[in-house]
Amino acid sequence: MSRGHPHDFPAAAREALADAQLRANLRGATQTIRARRATAVAELPDFEELREQARRVKDDALGRLDELLDEFQAAAEAAGARVHRAPDAAAANDIVAGIARDHGVTELVKMKSLATDEIGLDAALATAGVEAVETDLAELIVQLAGDTASHILVPAVHYSRGQVRDLFQRTIAQGRELSDDPHELAEVSRLYLRERFLRARMGVIGANVGVAETGTVCVVENEGNGRMCTTLPPLLVTVMGIEKVLPTLEDLGLLLRLLPRSATGERMSSYVSLLTGVMPGDGPQEYHIVLLDNGRRNVLADPVGRQALRCIRCSACLNVCPVYSRVGGHAYGSIYPGPIGAILTPQLWGMEEHAKLPFASSLCGACADVCPVGIDIPEVLLHLRARAVREQAPAPEKALFAAAAWAFGSPRSFDAAQKAGRAAEAPLSRGGLIRRLPAPLAGWTKGRDLRPVARETFREWWTRERGGETP
Amino acid sequence: MTAAVELFVRRLEGLKTEVCRVAASGVAAAVAGACAARGIGRLGVPPGLPAEWRPAGVHVVEDHDLAPAELDALGAALTGCTLAIAETGSLVLAAGPADGRRALSLVPDAYLCVVREDQVEPDLPAAMLRIAGLIREQGRPVVFVSGPSATSDIELQRVEGVHGPRQLVVLLVS
Repeated sequence: MSRGHPHDFPAAAREALADAQLRANLRGATQTIRARRATAVAELPDFEELREQARRVKDDALGRLDELLDEFQAAAEAAGARVHRAPDAAAANDIVAGIARDHGVTELVKMKSLATDEIGLDAALATAGVEAVETDLAELIVQLAGDTASHILVPAVHYSRGQVRDLFQRTIAQGRELSDDPHELAEVSRLYLRERFLRARMGVIGANVGVAETGTVCVVENEGNGRMCTTLPPLLVTVMGIEKVLPTLEDLGLLLRLLPRSATGERMSSYVSLLTGVMPGDGPQEYHIVLLDNGRRNVLADPVGRQALRCIRCSACLNVCPVYSRVGGHAYGSIYPGPIGAILTPQLWGMEEHAKLPFASSLCGACADVCPVGIDIPEVLLHLRARAVREQAPAPEKALFAAAAWAFGSPRSFDAAQKAGRAAEAPLSRGGLIRRLPAPLAGWTKGRDLRPVARETFREWWTRERGGETP
Repeated sequence: MTAAVELFVRRLEGLKTEVCRVAASGVAAAVAGACAARGIGRLGVPPGLPAEWRPAGVHVVEDHDLAPAELDALGAALTGCTLAIAETGSLVLAAGPADGRRALSLVPDAYLCVVREDQVEPDLPAAMLRIAGLIREQGRPVVFVSGPSATSDIELQRVEGVHGPRQLVVLLVS
């Protein structure tokens, strides 16, 4: 995810806001999915209790992550899987490319997986001479367009049906006329992918949950492309973030009650697969699991920020966010956009490059209200803002806040600052408001007006009315 | 009919799944009827499928490690299941003798599943207790099937039938 220079969220957001089609696509999609989620969650009488349980289960697991990863590895290997540990993206890509190379595989089928998007696996495989075919409809759209995902759950949410039709006509329909009916467009992708599924010799998937006690990997999906990937090829690879591990199958059951309802607003996704090693005569006979760190231990080291690792990637926080639902996912410059991305991305891959993301929020708190694992996103946003200021603030800003600290430090300095302010701002005030501050302070008034210091402050009024009495 | 079975039927119908309620002795005839209505000539079944469920008048193909292309040439698959979940309208396949290989219930375009009423668990936690035993003791692969394959990836409009079976029929045996 490193691009070598700081990501400029405000600039990217301005660009996105100028795209009327994008704003219309996003508005429609986020409103629809919000309503579906609200209905599905309201149906659970004990949602609050369930999410409190889920919060505790995830925190417990993160608190003894190494122990659980060892347990997961031992159980998965006992069931016939091979487990690899990848400290970073390059190591994970090498492992997967190496497995393909060892088996002479040049084409493989992929299930939608954020972990593999995060490490840029498709590009790394292409370099190694292996074509990775994305089989989730939205991922296929994004791949064919040479684009990147803009939503955790619905990666092509920024496309309208007309845009998908145009794209498919140009690519997989080979010039054939198509309508913009989603049924017809889905059918085109079904036909295109079916022959690839039937001939596939290797599948690559992510993981929604890993279960330590049995070494089980759980994947959740609706289209059936995941079942194709996990069942038909003789060789299967899972790339799983280390934070996905939970202690027991009962814990998995708990998360499965929360995830589909929070994500798509369904009681259960169409297909949930629980894969435990290798089953002779059924499905892949060789199974590799790559446990991916790639910055996760950095997050774990921060006592406030680590709660971001509870995330189960449901994307409910994106859909309710007033910022995300207007600017979309690309503005965040990360595979993890929206409120969760604003706290996850800088922690995973460094404040230097992503220092502006914790500020990409109005702190309205809607994200925390819907989070099924109780991540207090505003708390972490504020914590990261403080870190960004400590680690990143330019010298003039630091000087300014030092001056403010002095001014607020005693009644006498406060009085003096008010008097000085009144004199300095006089030429700027128009009709009782300051609409534009000069150069170094101009950023403050770009999005808001400033009230000038009162002609007579409360303290001055008190002194005039009550003589020398202290208020 | 218990409350759980009643809820299960309601959920299946909400998931665009056809439900046929049959007596134990009527499964084969109901399967034959469902195949005839859909013009299905070749029906894939697991070798462990009970004999009394196999329909007459349809070419029944036992799945002895059929290749993907052979599965693709079937009109439908017929299996049993390990249990079902009322709360979510889910069928749970756990590699039991009548459940078949996972590929069998996936590749053909129509999928028929026989569920006995006494297999219906009220909710996910109850189902998980039984599934957990099969995974812990035997490492069984498990699939939950809740409705036909679907996508909402284009403007969030739900489309039934993408890569998995487009039609799902549950034969509920009382």
